[in-house]
Amino acid sequence: MSDGFEKAPFLLTRADAFITWAQKNSLWPFGSGLACCAIEMIATAAARYDIARFGMELFRASPRQADLFIVAGTVTLKMAPVLRRLWDQMPDPKWAMAMGNCAIGGGPFPTYSVLQGVDRIIPVDVYVAGCPPTPQGLIHGLMTLQEKIARSHPTKEILDPDARRQS
Amino acid sequence: MELREYDLNMGPQHPSTHGVLRLKLAVDNEVVLGVEPVLGYLHRGMEKLWESLTFTQVVPLTDRLDYIASLSNNLGYCLAVEKLAGIEVPKRARYIRVVLAELQRLASHLAWVGFMANDIGAMSVLLYAFEAREHVLDIFEEYCGARLTVHGIRIGGAVRDLDAPLASRIRAVLEKIPERLEDVRALLDENRIWKERTVGVGRISAADAIDYGLTGPPLRASGVAWDMRKDLPYSSYDDFDFDVPLGANGDVYDRYLVRLEEICQSIRIVRQALEGLPEGDPRAKMPRVLKIAPGEVFHTIEAPKGVLGFTVRSNGSDKPERVKMKSPSFINLQALDHMCRGNLFSDVIGILGSLDIVLGEIDK
Amino acid sequence: MPEDRADRPELRKILAALAGRLGGAVLAGVVDGGELSVRLAKDGLAPALRFLKEEAGFNALEDIAAFDNLDAAGGGGPRFTVVYRLYRFPGALRTRVAVDVGEGERLASAVPLYRSADWAEREAFDMFGIRFEGHPDLRRIYMPDDFEGHPLRKDFPLAGRTGGA
Repeated sequence: MSDGFEKAPFLLTRADAFITWAQKNSLWPFGSGLACCAIEMIATAAARYDIARFGMELFRASPRQADLFIVAGTVTLKMAPVLRRLWDQMPDPKWAMAMGNCAIGGGPFPTYSVLQGVDRIIPVDVYVAGCPPTPQGLIHGLMTLQEKIARSHPTKEILDPDARRQS
Repeated sequence: MELREYDLNMGPQHPSTHGVLRLKLAVDNEVVLGVEPVLGYLHRGMEKLWESLTFTQVVPLTDRLDYIASLSNNLGYCLAVEKLAGIEVPKRARYIRVVLAELQRLASHLAWVGFMANDIGAMSVLLYAFEAREHVLDIFEEYCGARLTVHGIRIGGAVRDLDAPLASRIRAVLEKIPERLEDVRALLDENRIWKERTVGVGRISAADAIDYGLTGPPLRASGVAWDMRKDLPYSSYDDFDFDVPLGANGDVYDRYLVRLEEICQSIRIVRQALEGLPEGDPRAKMPRVLKIAPGEVFHTIEAPKGVLGFTVRSNGSDKPERVKMKSPSFINLQALDHMCRGNLFSDVIGILGSLDIVLGEIDK
Repeated sequence: MPEDRADRPELRKILAALAGRLGGAVLAGVVDGGELSVRLAKDGLAPALRFLKEEAGFNALEDIAAFDNLDAAGGGGPRFTVVYRLYRFPGALRTRVAVDVGEGERLASAVPLYRSADWAEREAFDMFGIRFEGHPDLRRIYMPDDFEGHPLRKDFPLAGRTGGA
C-alpha cells in the first residue's frame, strides 16, 4: 500500500486517476509470441475476442513503441538474453505479463534448455495461467492488469523520477 | 559511394518469422544472396523429456510440437505406438480420427492463410480466416474441452465418442467455411498486389524439391503428387474419395492455391466420414499400464505442414527408449535458402510464409 | 492399427543386389511387407546409400535418427546407432539402413547424395556428438555454439548440468 500518499494533494490524485485511465485503456502490447500461447494471443486480437475493445489492438513489433510486454510461450535459455534486451529497450512506464504456464514457471518442460519462468529475468506484473490460456483467460489477465494500473501512482514518479514504480 | 553486399539479421524477435526464428540474410542491394536460418530459440528438449515419460504421458506433449495442428501430432505419434505395440484401433475410432484430423487440417490452413496474408499486408484476411477458424475450434472445445492443444486423439483411438448432435454441429460448421473461403478468395486470388508478390516468387523445381526432402503443400505446389494419405494410407483414409491438389510452377502463389484447395478437400473427407461412421467403440481396450516389448517402428502421416513421422523404439518398459520425430517444417525450412536466392529481400517474408513452418515442430 | 503392408517383392531383389555389391558390409537384411531393413558395417554406408539412391531409385531421404545404446540390454557394443530412412517416390517403397558407430568414430556424410541430410546430420552431431565425414558445415543446430555436452546422450541429465535455470 502507498503509505503517506493518502495525504497527497487532491490535484495529484486526480492527475493520477486521469493518467492511469489513459494508460490502462491504451496499452500497446509488444507481443513476444514465442510458442503455442502466441496463437491464442493472436486469436484474442482477432475478430471474435476483439482485444480492440480494450484499446490493445495495436501490437507493436518494436519494443520501443510498446508498453506491455506479453511473454507468450516457452522461454529457452538461448532466447532469454534476447528477451531481457527487448525488455530493457522498452521505455517506461512498462508492464510485463507472463502468459501461459511456460512463461510462469517453465510449464511442462523441466529440461536442460528451458528457463523455468520468465520472472527470473524480468519483473512480471500479471501471471495468466493456462496451457495455453483461453482468450477469455488472457482478457481476464489484461483486465487484472488494468486494475493494477488503476491503483498505481504515476504522478509520484513524475515528481520524483528516482521513486520506484509503486504497485 | 559504392553499394556493396551486406548482412542483415532478421529475428529471433520479428513479427513475421512465425515464431522465434533467426534468419541471417546476405543481400546485395535488395537481392538475396543467401539465407541462413539459426534455430534453437524454442528448443525445449522434447525428445529427451519423452524418454522419462510413459507412452501415454508423451501424447499431450506432442500437441506442443506443431501447435497450430496439434491433433495431427497426436495422430502421428499414436499410430506409431499402436504399430509398435500391435494395438488394433476399431473402425469407428479410425473414422473419428479422420474427422478430427481433417478438421484440424482445415483450421491449420485457415490460420496459415491468415498469417500469410497478414505478413504480405492484407490484414483483413487474417480477421476473416481466424473468424472461420473459431468455428472449428468451437467443435474441438465441445468435443474435448481444448481449443488449441487439443489432445483429442489418444493411444488406441479417440478420447471420446462423436455423438449425433456433435456430428450435426460439425456439418453446420462445414456449411459456413466455404462462404468464408469465398471471401478470402475474392480478396486475394486475382488481386494484383497479391499476385505481384507471389507469382514467380520462391520457385523450386520438382526435382530439387524431392532432393531437399520437401513434403506437403510446398512439394505438391511443384507438381509432385506425393500425399501419404494416398501413398501409404493410414486410419482408413483409403475408404474416402478425395483429390490431391497440385500446383504447376512451384512458386508462392501455387502453394497458396494448393492449401486453399486442400481445405475444400478436407471438407469433402469429413462429410464422407460422418456419413459412413460405423458402429463400434471410439477407442480400443487399453491396459492400465502400457508396456511395449523391444522393437522399433517408423510411421508417417500427412500432417498439414507435410509428412510427419515418428520413430519409436521400445525397451520392454512403459517408457519409450527413444522417440525421434521427423519434422516436416524442419526439413522444408532447409530449402528456404534455395528458394530465396535471386529474389528481393522483401520476398523472404512471402517465401517463408509460404513454407508454413511452425517453430515448435522445428526446434522440438 | 498396424497396417498390413502388401508384400513388395522388388525389395527382395534390391536386397540381393545390395548384398552382392557390398558383400560382407551388409551384416543383416530383411524384407518385411513393404519395408526393407539392412544393417551395415560403417564402411558400407556410403556405397550402400549411393547404390540405393542411384540404382534402386530411393530418391528421398526421410529421416536420420540416432540412438544412444548406453542403456541397451547387453551393453558393450558400439555406443551409437544411426538409422537412415529412405523412400522411393513414386511407389511408396521404404528402406531402413542402420549403422553402428562408436564414440569418436565418424560416419560418411549423406549430404553429397541427399541435400536433406544436411540439418539432420547437424542435429545428430548436436544431440549425440556423432561426426559425419564430408559434411559441408558440421556444427550445432539447436544448442548455442558454446554449449558443452550432447543432451540426448543417456548420461546427460534431463535438467542439464548448469545447476538448473
